[in-house]
Amino acid sequence: MAKFKKKKSGELPQASTAALPDIVFMLLFFFMTVTVMKDGDLMVENKLPSAETVEKLDRKNKKIMFIYAGKPAKGYEKFGTEGVLQLNDKIAQPSDLKQFIYAELALRKEEVIPFMVTALKVDKNVNMGLISDIKIALRKENMLKISYIAAKPGKK
Amino acid sequence: MGRRSSPEVNAGSMADIAFLLLIFFLVTTTFEQDNGVTRKLPRWEENPEKNEVVIKKKNIFTVVVNKNNQLLVEDNLMDIKDLRAAAIKFIDNGGGKSADGKVCDYCKGERSPESSDHPSKAIIALKNERETSYETYLKIQDELGAAYIFLRDREAERLYGQGNTYSKMNAIFRDPQVKDEVLKGKIKVRLDKLKGMYPQIISEAESKNK
Repeated sequence: MAKFKKKKSGELPQASTAALPDIVFMLLFFFMTVTVMKDGDLMVENKLPSAETVEKLDRKNKKIMFIYAGKPAKGYEKFGTEGVLQLNDKIAQPSDLKQFIYAELALRKEEVIPFMVTALKVDKNVNMGLISDIKIALRKENMLKISYIAAKPGKK
Repeated sequence: MGRRSSPEVNAGSMADIAFLLLIFFLVTTTFEQDNGVTRKLPRWEENPEKNEVVIKKKNIFTVVVNKNNQLLVEDNLMDIKDLRAAAIKFIDNGGGKSADGKVCDYCKGERSPESSDHPSKAIIALKNERETSYETYLKIQDELGAAYIFLRDREAERLYGQGNTYSKMNAIFRDPQVKDEVLKGKIKVRLDKLKGMYPQIISEAESKNK
């Protein structure tokens, strides 16, 4: 192809690609600013139920503490087939919640703590027994604001 | 190969580096915004029997979900789709007086002496078993929440005019993109008033151990 042949002196210069980095950087900065890092892999199934009366959660100031629950996902069958919790990157039992809550509280500024919300990201096929255990643990630690994370109906 | 005519700094690989970063952020980006049904848990009591309050039976609306995900409302089997209407009827009944002796003048219910006295006294008691599925439970929570929102919306439109519904105002209030603090303050006053008119009292008792 003639276009890609070596440039000989006197010919027209190639189309300048000097602006390309600028464009790419623009895109890069856009994605950098809107990115929320995924916090690790999910080790539990997490098909959210749907609900109409949902409210948006404010992610600012690390006000939200996430608790995942569901049956162990593929590849994690060694944790059984019953619903389990996932706290950060570890599969856990409701008895581990107390420690988890203390660890999470220690990460946050003191003035944020009264406004903290516990977001329960729970698979829809989980039994309420597990949720009750979570709720009791939260109540004992006085973390009373909870939010059952749900999808809006019609969306997947 | 070819002789350079000007000794420019080669910036050709800059694009490659930027692309690499771009692709990294593209892959790690999640645009999802978490939406949730918010509830407040009751305070933990070591012995709940000690300070038990006697509540008239007519002021309690019992909803029981069993392990087969069947719904029992006030001892009658009910379909989930009828729950919202039943809850609205119960909350909005206004058959008697509130704790400070006021009649519910904005209630549009039947004012039956057999049902709740006042929205501030109407308690929805939700009970579930350990085997109840979370999906059903949340559906019920959603329907009950929707009953309160329906009533608050209705009163909001009556007080603040067409289109100023509770849900709309709440969405503005909670939107972190809206920076207008004056507007938010104004909305908060309204929201609090509406919440006071129809306070959401859903009591979630611990699930019975079989």
